[in-house]
Amino acid sequence: MTALALRGITSRHTTRSGTATSVLENFSLDIRAAELTVLIGPSGCGKTTLLNHMAGFTRPDAGSVEIDGRTVSGPGADRGVIFQQDALLPWMSVLENVAFGLRLCGLPVADRVAVARSTLELVDLVGFERHQVWELSGGMKQRVSLARALAADPQTLLMDEPFGALDALTREQMQTLLLKVWRRTGKQIVLVTHDIEEAVFLASDLIMLSSRPARVGSRLVLDFGQRYAAGEPVRRIKSDPAFIQKREQVLSWLFEQGERSDG
Amino acid sequence: MAEPARWQWSALSVLTVLGAWWLVAWAGLIPPLYLPGPAAVMRALLQVARVGYMDATLWQHLEASLLRVLAALLLALATAIPLGLVLGLNQVLKALVDPLIEFYRPIPPLAYLPLIVIWFGIGEVSKVLLIFLAIFAPVVVATTAGVLAVDPIRVRVAQSLGASRLQVVRFVVLPSALPTIMTGIRIALGAGWSTLVAAELIAATRGLGFMIQSASQFLATDLVVGGILIIALVAFLFEIVLRRLQRHLSPWLGRMS
Repeated sequence: MTALALRGITSRHTTRSGTATSVLENFSLDIRAAELTVLIGPSGCGKTTLLNHMAGFTRPDAGSVEIDGRTVSGPGADRGVIFQQDALLPWMSVLENVAFGLRLCGLPVADRVAVARSTLELVDLVGFERHQVWELSGGMKQRVSLARALAADPQTLLMDEPFGALDALTREQMQTLLLKVWRRTGKQIVLVTHDIEEAVFLASDLIMLSSRPARVGSRLVLDFGQRYAAGEPVRRIKSDPAFIQKREQVLSWLFEQGERSDG
Repeated sequence: MAEPARWQWSALSVLTVLGAWWLVAWAGLIPPLYLPGPAAVMRALLQVARVGYMDATLWQHLEASLLRVLAALLLALATAIPLGLVLGLNQVLKALVDPLIEFYRPIPPLAYLPLIVIWFGIGEVSKVLLIFLAIFAPVVVATTAGVLAVDPIRVRVAQSLGASRLQVVRFVVLPSALPTIMTGIRIALGAGWSTLVAAELIAATRGLGFMIQSASQFLATDLVVGGILIIALVAFLFEIVLRRLQRHLSPWLGRMS
């Protein structure tokens, strides 16, 4: 079981004029295995910076990211990443995109096709194997991105506002799909979003970050995702007073953060 | 009625120019020494195709020129694409090599032609080298630009799927840069053809450029114009083939939203 630990992370951005601002200052956080952890916070609070450190794309100026006690030194196949843009490779078909990670580690063609097909089944994209990625809608592209990350069988899925560019209906379909995938695979998922409803609906562990430099302002254990997985309809969950109360709680907390950083 | 297709507009403009040319020649507005009519040019070309000019038929002249341009192109692709790739990936190397390429690139080939003759003599080497130099620079510049324009998100995705540095280059950087490289090759090949005549100034006995120069010395304007048209036609065919190839290799261009 993978536990992800952020230990004393400090991260500075240097602007073109040469002034350094702290995005993260001695930030620590433990992310438990098998949770669907959602990071939410005011824009510019450093959510994406944190995710990039976890993925190993960038190194913090101080502190470290540890996975099961090992320090992350760069990107790796144990952490699959999904971005807001689909980042699919247009010179490959849907199937080839999904099988890409397996090709990189040298799996024989027959095996990677088999894995890619079953992963496409998991994200409800059966029948699109031979399609070109530019023929797909935004939601379908994100399904392919999800399948591509899953096919490489990472321990952790890191998602940076993955549904931010989708329309409301597609976004909700993707949210339920993600919950289904989470339940089926039991993977640790860390998702960054600024969509409050999405955060409250998906998170089993919701982490609310303060404005820059980010601190863990509040942490909520939620079960709306589990309720969906247990068979309750989405709309009923999202209109449940308990859901609305949590949503309003997160919303007013975020507004406070916004006022504090403006003042 | 349906809107005319784009090729129909293109055909219209070509036919209009041809028509105007024919009309001017037919009315005798310009003496044939300055501008022979289309029929005279056609006759001159047929004559060269059948009988030959300066001990070689039109086909042999064409073959000589094609071989030079193709040899230069292959050499340039084999060197310029790897170099451009390396320059795009390594900022220090780019800083080292960039000024050298930018220094020679704008110099007209005719300016350094004498130097090349002094260094490499009057054989095929000098001719191919001159065309090579014209093709080399645009392909290097385009390849470097293509590599630098690779979407960093794609690189990151590949890395998080476990790609090594070499795999990132092979599976992400090169295919991403390919459309830009192809555009560079299209521009470079045009430059290569433009250099052909200069290259064949060097003691050539065959080639379209040689044929044009020789014909001009005998005031055979019909053959000069004919030679120019053949060069233009061949360059045009090259461009069409490359465009097709580009569309075939990167069919997603302009379609990724």
